[in-house]
Amino acid sequence: MNNLLLPIASLIGAGLVILGLMFYRRSQHATGSGFGHFLRRNGVFVSSYLILSLLGWIFFMIILPQLYMVDFSFSHNLPPSKIGGPEDVYTTQNYEYLLFGSPGSEDAFNWLHLKVFLRTILAAVVVTIIDLALCYPVAYYMAQSASSGKLRMMALCLLLPFWVNEILRAFAFRILFGSGGVFNNVLMGMGLIDQPVDFIRADVGLYAGLSYAYLLLMIFPLYNAIESLDHSQIEAAKDLGCPWWRVHFEVVMPFAKPGIASGCTMVFMLSCGALAAPQILGGPSSLWFTQIIYQWFNTGGNWPLGAAYALVLLVVCIIFVMAVMRLFKVSFGEIIK
Amino acid sequence: MSSVQTTLPPQTGQHGFRLRSTHVRQFMMGFYILIFFAYLFGPLVMMSATAFNDNTYPQVAPWNGFTLKWFEELITDSFMVEGFINSLVIGAGVVCLAVPFGLAGALMLSQIHHKVRSIYYVIVVSPILTPGVIIGISTLVFWDWMGLMLDADFESPFYNGIWLTIIGQATFISSYTLLIFLARLQRFDSTLEEAALDLGASHVQVFWQVLVPFLKPALISAAVLAFLTSFENYNTTVFTIQAESTLTTVLASKVRLGITPAVSALAVLIISLTLVGAAVHEVLRRRERTEVKVG
Repeated sequence: MNNLLLPIASLIGAGLVILGLMFYRRSQHATGSGFGHFLRRNGVFVSSYLILSLLGWIFFMIILPQLYMVDFSFSHNLPPSKIGGPEDVYTTQNYEYLLFGSPGSEDAFNWLHLKVFLRTILAAVVVTIIDLALCYPVAYYMAQSASSGKLRMMALCLLLPFWVNEILRAFAFRILFGSGGVFNNVLMGMGLIDQPVDFIRADVGLYAGLSYAYLLLMIFPLYNAIESLDHSQIEAAKDLGCPWWRVHFEVVMPFAKPGIASGCTMVFMLSCGALAAPQILGGPSSLWFTQIIYQWFNTGGNWPLGAAYALVLLVVCIIFVMAVMRLFKVSFGEIIK
Repeated sequence: MSSVQTTLPPQTGQHGFRLRSTHVRQFMMGFYILIFFAYLFGPLVMMSATAFNDNTYPQVAPWNGFTLKWFEELITDSFMVEGFINSLVIGAGVVCLAVPFGLAGALMLSQIHHKVRSIYYVIVVSPILTPGVIIGISTLVFWDWMGLMLDADFESPFYNGIWLTIIGQATFISSYTLLIFLARLQRFDSTLEEAALDLGASHVQVFWQVLVPFLKPALISAAVLAFLTSFENYNTTVFTIQAESTLTTVLASKVRLGITPAVSALAVLIISLTLVGAAVHEVLRRRERTEVKVG
């Protein structure tokens, strides 16, 4: 069954190319056919460079792998010799496994994995809210109050930790929150506690580390949105007797909606898909959904099952983006900015 | 905030109260920003400090004296060195793919009819929003299957971790470079191109002598960004790397299995390196900005 994919994909690809060329022709004034015009406008060298690059990138790196992953997630876990053989038929067993567990299990639902899944989504929402709360004042200050020299300094300082490796950032939080870590030392030195607190087991380290990792992806969209707000609007609201918190909730925030949507989307997606921070900072009893996917691909040795789990994660992310777009009434282009 | 005070009429009593409350708010804002930056840099500073502490665990206290032995341990670690070399090779490969792909994608955007343009845009930027693990998995299963269909032998690029990682990372890094090129192309004056063509230049000449020089700052920052992003990537790499290793995967397994100050020593090196890289990037961006102001 799997060998159906290549013909279907080529058909889709050919259709897209033909469609593109048709649109291309219609978009031009009546100067010859679409493809000829494309060639004339760019020259043979640049035309072939554009077409080959886009074919390689869009087709072989973006569209086909994603399509094949969907196909793959509906297949049985077979050794290579049996792929394409009579046993290679489509099945929904991988998705059933996530919902109901292995066929012989006693529970009605696969609570172990479902709980991890729900906790991951919930934790990602919490991280997003923490980041929004942490970043909003800084973004507002940078956009409306800071002088240009200070602003440049702050932007540079914000960018620097972002370039440090993800693993090392998580490691730094492990040093801070470990049983012999900085926080325990300080608290014990102050005499507040006499036993080290297990911050890692309580997931404090995980939340702090994840929020830290994606701060910048929240701050810059917020800054961009707030920066374009005319300061006289804020002053007008204040002159008319609006208390400062209402200025934020009723003037600044509605104006910065695209920025808030963009930042929240990025942070949510990245924390959902985070792998390094949960591996390093997660407590021994708490798993992240990506860790289960990782297990299926490594020690578990069941790639189709892992692909099915990954697709569920992807679908949830897509639903989240759509919901944010609908809720905040922003377009896709505004989210990417 | 200070401008608020000047706009208020000088009323007695109430004015004094307002003045005080804005001052308190200003002070709190400054204090908050201080805490925020402490949160931003504190962990990195602490981690760097542990690299110099003569203690078998990466801890700041107790301070057992200054040492450089963790750096020595790091350099003699053959896994780390091998991973580092692989990371450099992969980074170079990603630059070679992502810069031309991103440029092609950006150039094509303006030429596509507006009806399909929004769909096209969604497709080319979607890798940015796709979680890294999913890009890694789809790359892995797709090329594994391609290898199987084409009967490639096990030594071929289809099963090689380095090649797969380059392809997987370039998938989304090309989208980043595309955005950089788009920002620069918005300021491109297409009459320059037409003038060159009218004066008898060939298309190849226009591409190399008008477009590429104009895009040079964007080309450089795209290359730097692509390399750094590739170098620090973990989520995609961990699936595509297979039997090989990169610096980040070696690092991750080290941190998970047992923590040693040698990792902190590496952190100090990487932080210094990224500081230099970021500084170069910043200088280039500033130069680009001043160039625009002059032009």
